[in-house]
Parts: sequence; C-alpha cells; structure tokens
Amino acid sequence: MNQYQVIVGLEVHVELKTATKLFCSCSAAFGGEPNTHTCPVCLGMPGVLPVINQEAIRLATRSALALNCTVRAVSKFDRKQYFYPDLPKAYQISQYDQPLGEYGWVTIRGADGAAKKIGVRRVHVEEDAGKLNHLGQRLGDATGSLVDLNRAGVPLIEIVSDPDLRSAEEARLYLTELRAVLSYLDISDLRMEEGSMRCDANVSLRPADFQGNLEDLPRVEIKNVNSIRNVQRGIEYEVARQRELLAAGERIVKETRGFDDATGKTYSQRSKEEANDYRYFPEPDLPPLVLDPQWIADMKRGLPALPDAIRANLIDRGMPEKDAEVLVLDREAYEYWQQATALFQDERLVTNWMLSDLSRLINARGESFANSRVRPEGLVALLGLIQSGTLSGRMAKEVLEAMFETGQSASQVVKDRGLSQITDASAIQSIVDQVLKDNPAVVQDYLSGKEKALAFLVGQVMKQTRGQAKPDLVNQLLKDSIQKDYAPSQD
Amino acid sequence: MTSKKPLWDHDAHSLHDLFCEGAASAEEIVTSHLERIRSADSSVGAFLYVDEAGALEEARRQDRWSAVERRERPLAGVPVALKDNIVAQGMPTTAGSKILGEFRSPYDATVVVKLKQAGAMIVGKTNLDEFAMGSSTEHSALAETRNPWDVSRVPGGSSGGSAAAVAAQMVPLALGSDTGGSIRQPASYCGIVGMKPTYGRVSRYGLIAFASSLDQIGPMTRSIRDARLLYEVIKGADAHDSTALALGEERTVSQGPWRIGVPREYFGEGMEAGVRQVTEAALERLRSMGHELVEISLPHTPYAIAAYYLIAPAEASSNLSRYDGVRYGMRAEGRDLVTMYEKTRDEGFGAEVKRRILLGTHALSAGYYDAYYLTAQKVRTLIRQDFDYAFREVDFIVTPTTPDVAFRRGERDDDPIKMYLGDVYTVTANLAGIPGLSIPAGLADGLPVGLQWLAPRLGDLSLFDAAATLETQLEPMVWPMGVDE
Repeated sequence: MNQYQVIVGLEVHVELKTATKLFCSCSAAFGGEPNTHTCPVCLGMPGVLPVINQEAIRLATRSALALNCTVRAVSKFDRKQYFYPDLPKAYQISQYDQPLGEYGWVTIRGADGAAKKIGVRRVHVEEDAGKLNHLGQRLGDATGSLVDLNRAGVPLIEIVSDPDLRSAEEARLYLTELRAVLSYLDISDLRMEEGSMRCDANVSLRPADFQGNLEDLPRVEIKNVNSIRNVQRGIEYEVARQRELLAAGERIVKETRGFDDATGKTYSQRSKEEANDYRYFPEPDLPPLVLDPQWIADMKRGLPALPDAIRANLIDRGMPEKDAEVLVLDREAYEYWQQATALFQDERLVTNWMLSDLSRLINARGESFANSRVRPEGLVALLGLIQSGTLSGRMAKEVLEAMFETGQSASQVVKDRGLSQITDASAIQSIVDQVLKDNPAVVQDYLSGKEKALAFLVGQVMKQTRGQAKPDLVNQLLKDSIQKDYAPSQD
Repeated sequence: MTSKKPLWDHDAHSLHDLFCEGAASAEEIVTSHLERIRSADSSVGAFLYVDEAGALEEARRQDRWSAVERRERPLAGVPVALKDNIVAQGMPTTAGSKILGEFRSPYDATVVVKLKQAGAMIVGKTNLDEFAMGSSTEHSALAETRNPWDVSRVPGGSSGGSAAAVAAQMVPLALGSDTGGSIRQPASYCGIVGMKPTYGRVSRYGLIAFASSLDQIGPMTRSIRDARLLYEVIKGADAHDSTALALGEERTVSQGPWRIGVPREYFGEGMEAGVRQVTEAALERLRSMGHELVEISLPHTPYAIAAYYLIAPAEASSNLSRYDGVRYGMRAEGRDLVTMYEKTRDEGFGAEVKRRILLGTHALSAGYYDAYYLTAQKVRTLIRQDFDYAFREVDFIVTPTTPDVAFRRGERDDDPIKMYLGDVYTVTANLAGIPGLSIPAGLADGLPVGLQWLAPRLGDLSLFDAAATLETQLEPMVWPMGVDE
C-alpha cells in the first residue's frame, strides 16, 4: 500500500487598511449601505482610469518586508480577465509575473518547539471584487442576485506560500503566525469573519514514490474559509477524503471545493479540468510601479519589532514560553504588557494577572486588551496595593472585577468598599479571642495535631473581618493565642 | 448680424475675437451654428446628438460675462463638438454602439472639464465607427455619415463625424480620438487639420477606451492656428490618468530651415497617383522654402500593421469586457447569467467590434500570447527605435496621411484587410507614441489629400509651427459646402 505525504500551500488575501480604495478615492471602509462607497472608477463606467493609491503600496511593502520578502524596485500591474457580476471591469487589476515581493518566509514552531521555515513565494497587490447577495437560500435556487460594489476596488495583498506545509496543524500554525506578524504592522483589520483576511488552501497528497514537481500533483483548492480553525478542519477533511479515494484506487480530480462549517466537510464547487484562461496581460493604464531602493531600505528599517524578536526577548527575560506565546500572538495584549511593565518592576506579577484574571474578565465580555476599561496604569496601581500589603490576593481579585465593571480606580474601589487589609494586630486580637472561645473543640483538634483545624479558625476570623485581615497576621495571632491561653502547661 | 459672412464661416480665433469685442453675442454664434447643423447635417449625418438647449443656455450665460471674463477664457464664445466616445456629464454617450443603450455619463471627461473651463460651448456629439474601430464611420451602429466633399463617399474614420462636422462648417472645432489614425485619416479625407498628440500629452480620462496604450484625444479644425489653440486647452497632466505626462519640456526647433525626413517606405506601392502628386508638390514647396529634404528609412514599417492589429485588438478585447449588461447600457435577458452575457454582447456589438474582440482574445490566450502579443510588442519597440534613429538626423518627417482619397461608401465592406492596410502611414505614430499632424495639402480629382507631419515625442507645438509655415504657401481651402461665391 502506498504511503502519502500531505502537501499544503496557502493563498491568503488581506484587505489593506487604507482610507480609500486602490484606484479611486472612494471609502474603503467595511460595510455601508450597498453601492454607496462607489464612483465611476470602481463601478467600471466607460472611460474611467485607475490611479494607484500610494498608501496601499506603502502598506503592501511593509507587509512584504515583514514576511522577509525581497521587494522589487520595479514591479508592474496586469489584468486578470474573467466575467462575473461582482467584477465591474470584467478584469481584476493584479500583479502577475512581477509581484511586489518574492522569496520570503514565515517561521512556525510545532508542539515539539522545533522551528520550520515556510516559504512565502510572493506578495502582490490587487483590487478586491464586490459582493453578490443572492436572493434565496442557496446560489442554486436563488431567484436573483443583488450586486454590492462597496468592496470593489478595496486594496488587497495576496500572500502565497510555497507548498511547504505538511499537515492541517502546520497550516494552522502558519496562519496564526502570519496573522501575528501582520498584526504588528497596522496594515489590516485581519478579521476573517468580515473577510478582511481570507484563506484558500491547496491540498494534495504525494505518493511516496512520486519524484516530480509538486505543482503537477492533482490538487484541490478549498476556497474562502472563514476562520483559521475551519481552514484546519477543511484540510483535515480533505486529506482524509483524498486518502480514501486513493485507497479505493480512484483518482483525485483537480477542482475547487467549498467548506461547510456545519458538517465539517468540503463539497465540489467547480472542476478545474478545463482550466480558466485569465488572459493576463500588462495593465496599459498604469505605468510600472517604480520604488526607490532607498525608500524600500528605509521601510525595512522602520519595521516594528515582530513576533520572532518579541518572543525571543520575552523568553530571555525569563517568561515561560507558553506565556510568551500567548502575549506575542495577541498584539494588543503585548502592547498592554509593555505599557504595564514600563510602570511596574515585577514583570511576572503583571504577566500572571494579565493572563489569568484580567484575561478571563476580558474574554467573558468578548472585549480585548485594547478596549478593556482597566488600563495598564489601573492594573499597575492594583498590583501596587498587593505589593504594599494593602490588599490580599483574594481581595485584589474582587477589586479588579469591580474596576472592570465600573471603570473605577483600584484605590476608589478599596475606599468605597472599605476594603483595605487590616494589618494592625490589636484590631484583630479581640476577634481572634472571640473565635477561639466560640470553637473550643476545634482548638482541641489543633492542639491534638490536626493542622487543618487552624485553617478553619483563620477562615472564621477572615469572615468576621469581611476578609480584610491580613491572612499571615491572623495565622500568627491564632497560633500565639492558642499557645498562650489553651495549650496545656508545660510544667 | 450684418451682411458680412455668416458666423459659422469663421474659425475659432475669429469667433472668439468677435465675442470678446462684442461684435457677436455667444447666443448669435451658437444659433448660427445650430442653424447650420440643421441645414447641412441632413445630408452629412455628422451628429448623433445635438444639445440645442444646453448650448443656448451656456451661450446666454456667457453673454453676461464682461470683456475681461471673455478674454480670460481662450474658447469663450466658441462652439465645439465631441466625438461620441468622449463622455460629458448628463449627455448620452454611445461610442457608436447599441450596447451602451441609453447610457448618460455621470461625469465629465478631463478634456470636457478643460473645454468648459476655457469657455467652449459644447453643441453635441459626433458619429464614429463603433468603439472607434474602423476607418470609414460605416461601422457606426447608429447613423451614416457622408463626406461633405462628395456624399457618396465616406468621411473616413473613426472620427468621421467630427471631421465631417468641421469640414461642413457645422462647428469650428471638434475633438476626435486617434488610436491608429482615427483623427488624421478622416481629417485627410475631409480636408481639415487633425492632430494626434504625443501619447500622454492629453488625458484619456473619460475617453471610452479602445486600445489604452495607443489612444489619444486630439483637435480637429479648419486651420492650424485653431488646432494649436484647442490642443493648448486640452493638454496637460491629470490626476485621473496615470499615463498623462506631467507638463514636461516641449521640444523646440529653430526657425529653420529644417531637415525634413522623407521615409522611403511610405512612398512605395499602393499609393494612389493623385495622392503622390499632391504630396510631391507639397514636398517641392518645402524644398523651395529652403528646407532640406532627406530620404530616410524606417525599416520596420512593413510590420507595423500586423503589430498594430494584434496590440490594439488585444487591449480592446479587455477594455470592452465591461459591457456585460450588468450595470448600465443594454441588457438582453437570458435564462441565466452566461446566457445574459452572451445575448447582450451578441446583440449589442457590431460585426467589426466582434471581429476585433475575437482577434484580441485569441492573441492573449494561453499558448498564443508569446507568439502574438509579445512579438507584437517587440515589433513596437523596433518601430519606436526606427523613429528615434530617424529623428537624430532630421527635425520632422513628412509623409502622405493616407495612400488614397476618400473611398466610396460600401466599397470596402467585404474587405477588412484592405481597410486595415489604409492605416499604414498613421499607425506608426501611435505605436511609437509620437505626435502626428495632418494638414490639407491640396485636391486630387476634387477630393482632399492630407499631408502628415511627424515629430519626436513632445514635439507637438513644433509640429504646429512647422506646418503653419507651409499652410501659408498653399492654396486657401474652399470649403465643400461653403458660402456660395
């Protein structure tokens, strides 16, 4: 029986976060009433011409450089031609044989921690198409389709990986890392559910004895999957499906397949046997895109710290790898962490509070570190109260929750709730005495060696002080008092 | 008006002066031209659309301008016609095709914006070969246009409507577009001045694209000074057109005498005797004016037509894809999307347009691209180099504009190749991106013969200056449907 190797390559489209479209001055914002972000140019009216948006080129260049690509000083635009109602000119202005960026890579790390470079074959600039809203449940039985061209002409970059991925898991790692890298560049919203990041996966199986070009293997393209998780699921399904077909002695048909979220299955959309001929040719309405090599070098120097470097730095500072990974993959969390640690020495305390309690609150609310009401200064103030002994850890959790709900500062919450920790022994002694008096049996248990009995007594004291007594102090006072008043005399 | 010659018999300079001096109101000027259109256009058929109300309203507005306001605008008081592949806001635009249906443009072409700023009064849109594809205006899906010199003959094309309108004195100025000779050839056939600027000198924004890397808008007029005036108004860089050159240095030449190149490849077989005679007489005149005639070679000329008829249709096949029935224009209903596309384009496009879409689609197809499109682009580079070398030796090149005079209507219906070969002297300027100017040089058997002047890139103004010195030496043109003697 033949052994197969999984071969996956990904094409990722990312909408660039420019104010205006790629070739006209219409708003590139997501949504809007249908066909309100349009003008003669993006509607493909007779006589219109494209004019390149320089900001889109800047963002695309940053992206290509961050993905370790070589950026061409001279690239050009081409027309990719096909008829579809969401494509007003019946051609998409894209880049064919001279893309902006080439020969890059993304590093992924598997569960075993081993790093693997995934080639980025090219990064090119192109315009998005519009959207069709089908009237009816499915395209098949739609009674009509409404064309919305708000998105037509929004700038995209297409990032094409080499067929270097060997599993659905590697595809997930690649997409996660790619998104993290791009997130530090401020070039896109990167929202897969809104379509500002979209992924097509090419999946094929290589027989162990196959020596030829990977491009010649029959491959299936899974189109437009709306989350990283679903890309992984789609690939997993597709690998299993292709294995079964091959095991049954059938052949894989080169085709485009969709992914059904509900069933986790892929389904055939169109066969690629009769390959589309897009009749690419150089766009005569746009001169070649010429970039000053000095400008490219400046752009490269101006890149922010990227995940690889950030990860290394955090680990260097002693952060557990797992925590570092969580922070790096969420740029907002990392920036929050940076702001907080700039104000507070104990990095570990910041990390712990961020990644446990604050994270939990933020996730429960569906918010993010960027828009959380507890700002880094607020968190740091809270941590300061813990450090000074004013608040116990348990009290601090309560304070954080209140801060998160009300937006108040830690000191305000402490004041309003009369929460500060009682550190004065004399204030607690009378309560300690009363608790010991009320629980003689427990005291005896303790004296007979049941250490747990002390915890009960501590709990009673804490209850009566509404949690404000400093636990170690209560501990100490209880021990001292039992020793003094209840222990059998030694004589 | 007094008993002097009618206003429509004046050129643009003269009309502007009359308006500025207060000797004629804009309303009188427009009215005179509208009347002229009414009387002459029934036999010529130059116009697809005349905006009487709009032109009169603009005229009345201009009549309230002060003398200073009039002088500030070089075309104040001057009527202009647009070839109907140039869009003007609110006016219908057809490109001579059925497929645009009732389309009215929501925006002005850049040249229209410039015309309006310069005070021009736009009176209407002129006929053309469908999407500017043709050399006779017979390929218009909408109307027949006849040559004012002989209504049994074609006016040339594709800017045949503009050429006929100017020659029949319905307007002093018109805009045409030139992709392979579509301004110069009809100018030659109708005995007027027509100029294709350097590629990139005039914005193409709002010109319905035929072949984007070749198309240029240019002036069509009865005098060189008017052509220059109109060119100066429309030229210049444009934020809407990435291929429009920032105003660079115009090339200047000395007062002369000049070295004038006469390419031997342009004087071979296929040229009609009458054309040869008029051309040689004009060359002789130039020699007698003291210029030096130099025989030159443009060796890749024989490949120009082939290269042109690959590149232009290839670009056209792409540019015309947007006429799909989805957003505007005509739509033929079909049971599904593909049927709708097919029926719309089948019913909407004429035979010549379909022929070129097929040619171009084929030339760009996988497996044929290298052999056709890429090879044609290489030939284009060689043709450009031919001119580069030639202009190291000479200041200008002078050739006939066409190998023939206006042919009879219907004569070349069944012979597209013969029609294409007629472009042999003009397509090279488009392929090379250089400016070309056709001026009337005389008559052969009562029909006009054009003389083409070519200059290097950005030599546009020098062309007008040079040709103007010859214009004064030639017999003044007697307009074919002019004022009775």
